[in-house]
Amino acid sequence: MIGLEHYLTVAAALFVIGIFGLFLNRKNVIILLMSIELMLLSVNINLVAFSSHAGDLVGQVFTLFVLTVAAAEAAIGLAILVCFFRNRGTIAVEDVNVMKG
Amino acid sequence: METIILFAPLVGAIIAGFGWRIIGDAGAQWLTTGLLFLSCALSWVVFLGHDGQTHFIHVLDWVQSGTLNTAWAIRLDRLTAIMLIVVTTVSALVHLYSMGYMAHDENFDDKTESYRPRFFAYLSFFTFAMLMLVTADNLAQMFFGWEGVGLASYLLIGFYYRKSSANAAAIKAFVVNRVGDFGFALGIMALFFLTDSIRFDDIFAAAPELAETQLTFLWTDWNAANLIAFLLFVGAMGKSAQLFLHTWLPDAMEGPTPVSALIHAATMVTAGVFLVCRMSPVFEYAPEALAVVTFIGASTAFFAATVGLVQNDIKRVIAYSTCSQLGYMFVAAGVGVYSVAMFHLLTHAFFKAMLFLGAGSVIHGMHHEQDMRHYGGLRHKMPYTFLAMLIGTLAITGVGIPLTGWIGFAGFASKDAVIESAYAGTAGGFAFWMLVIAALFTSFYSWRLMFMTFWGDARGDKHTHEHAHESPKVMLVPLGVLAVGAIFAGAIWYGSFFGKTNEVVKFFGGKYGEPTQELVEAVAERSPKASELHYVMESGPGEAAIFIAPDNTVLHEAHYVPTWVKLSPFIAMLIGLITALWFYIWDPSMPRKLAENQRPLYLFLLNKWYFDEIYDAILVRPAKALGRALWRRGDGGVIDGFLNGVAMGIIPFFTRLAGRAQSGYIFTYAFAMVIGIAVLITWLTISGGGQ
Repeated sequence: MIGLEHYLTVAAALFVIGIFGLFLNRKNVIILLMSIELMLLSVNINLVAFSSHAGDLVGQVFTLFVLTVAAAEAAIGLAILVCFFRNRGTIAVEDVNVMKG
Repeated sequence: METIILFAPLVGAIIAGFGWRIIGDAGAQWLTTGLLFLSCALSWVVFLGHDGQTHFIHVLDWVQSGTLNTAWAIRLDRLTAIMLIVVTTVSALVHLYSMGYMAHDENFDDKTESYRPRFFAYLSFFTFAMLMLVTADNLAQMFFGWEGVGLASYLLIGFYYRKSSANAAAIKAFVVNRVGDFGFALGIMALFFLTDSIRFDDIFAAAPELAETQLTFLWTDWNAANLIAFLLFVGAMGKSAQLFLHTWLPDAMEGPTPVSALIHAATMVTAGVFLVCRMSPVFEYAPEALAVVTFIGASTAFFAATVGLVQNDIKRVIAYSTCSQLGYMFVAAGVGVYSVAMFHLLTHAFFKAMLFLGAGSVIHGMHHEQDMRHYGGLRHKMPYTFLAMLIGTLAITGVGIPLTGWIGFAGFASKDAVIESAYAGTAGGFAFWMLVIAALFTSFYSWRLMFMTFWGDARGDKHTHEHAHESPKVMLVPLGVLAVGAIFAGAIWYGSFFGKTNEVVKFFGGKYGEPTQELVEAVAERSPKASELHYVMESGPGEAAIFIAPDNTVLHEAHYVPTWVKLSPFIAMLIGLITALWFYIWDPSMPRKLAENQRPLYLFLLNKWYFDEIYDAILVRPAKALGRALWRRGDGGVIDGFLNGVAMGIIPFFTRLAGRAQSGYIFTYAFAMVIGIAVLITWLTISGGGQ
């Protein structure tokens, strides 16, 4: 029987994978975006799991909203990435250090 | 009426100072002069109509703070009335004189600069401040006037602001006066501390108690009356240029000559004498302080007279003469005959103002040449100035008929009164001999001035001598008026200031009464000739304009000094005159020979006893060195160093550290955020969260 704990474990695993995707990735900015998306989804899984467990639909409705916003965010992120590529000719993470102090 | 006297000069000063663009140069001059003459006329009305009683005229409430309750009021008693006529008369005449003297001035451009309204505004402002000083009803008001005249003096000494020597002299006068004012301020505070009031009436009433109070000051216990009187006298020393604080007065001659006549001869410098006389109820209970006053006064009279002997600048000679005469006044006050101090103040104001204005007339006629070695034979070129200076010299040297006491020029009556009082007050001691010797020197340098200026051959620039001319009428009229004062002032007021004790006490608004038997016996034992003591002052402290303690009989005894004492100033005068005649008329090579034979002495006197050099070495240089050290080390090293060190060293160091943390890589920031969140959550969990 799959219980709440399993869902939470999966979500936590996904979240940690997302974080490590952020830290360890040195190549590609797109992977950064994907990692962020992964973290967001793991949180969504949490929301749905708790919603189902508590028998309250609000959590699932909220998840739909988060998905909507995440889609818009991914679109904007990709748009920025395209602009960035046109300007710099690369999307390697190691070259993105304009904010270096 | 008294309010008009007081505020007319202020109104003149404000209008002339700020509104001269509207009323014009001439308008400013006539307005200030006119208002001063109005003030002067009213002052004479007040003086002649004064009944001797003390009147109070409330002007406005001033400072009210805690127990300090100070009203701005005019205290009108005999002392004030005397000072009113001295100040307004000399000031009015100096205003008139300045119209001629300041008509052309090479220090300013006549076409583009308007310096005359400024000058007249300063003069009028000075007069207002001086009147504030003499009409004061409390010490705060007096201090206001005291500083006001100091300010006016500073402004007028530095009137030729393009001359660096004038600026230096102005600052010197201001700084030296600050030393004295510090003592004065301490005295005022001590009085307020002990009597809880700065009104004269309250202070005077408390004077006998002060004499029995002890006060701790500078880790030592002092008698309160002595200490306060001494501190007040330090203020008076500064203002009146007494020994040790005198160095500013000769330098103050950098100002225009009318200023010297008004401020540095007749009025401001006598403020110190006025202060001592005004505070006579306190001084009468402070015998040690009075001894100091006598000693300093006598030393100053002697010192300044010796320096005056060898000076060559005509104004400096008269400046040292002023310094010396102020010493006379302090001796009179120091031996407890305040009326005689005021007497000499009054007559001195007339003849010394006239001498200065006469010197100004000579300087004006000689195109601003001030060195007497370049004068000579001017009596034909400037007959009226010569006559005025002659009268002034006769007055200052004290020419009169000996043993009559009063038949003579103004200086004769008052100076002999001072010398006789000094003999009676010190039993023929130090002060008396200093004054007699000073009288000899006074006579010598005054006649030396006359002979070098008006007799002999014309020396110096030939062109200047050819164009030497008599001054315009507007300058001669004040000389004439002052000449009348210099001739008659002594004879007219002899009885009021130096008559029998009952006359003097009555004049100053007090009550006189019978002396006790013991006192009569004591006096008879001291000086058998003075055994007929009929009257002593009976009024308590502060009830009359001056206070003479019941056991103070110097005024009485001064009339019965031995005949040789009475003759001594006259003989000293004759010796001085004959020596001057010998040195400058009969054998003009004599001074040079003497100066060469006695070269160290000559240089010692010419350099004014090296006072300026000593002060330079022990005060000015260390102060400068300290200032430089504080500037370089303190300001430059510590303050600037600290700020620069922080701004240029420490902050950039931390900035670099912080900058190194900014790698610019997003994953670094994200890692920092995650670590932060992890730490925060851990902390929340351990500390129990919201509970």
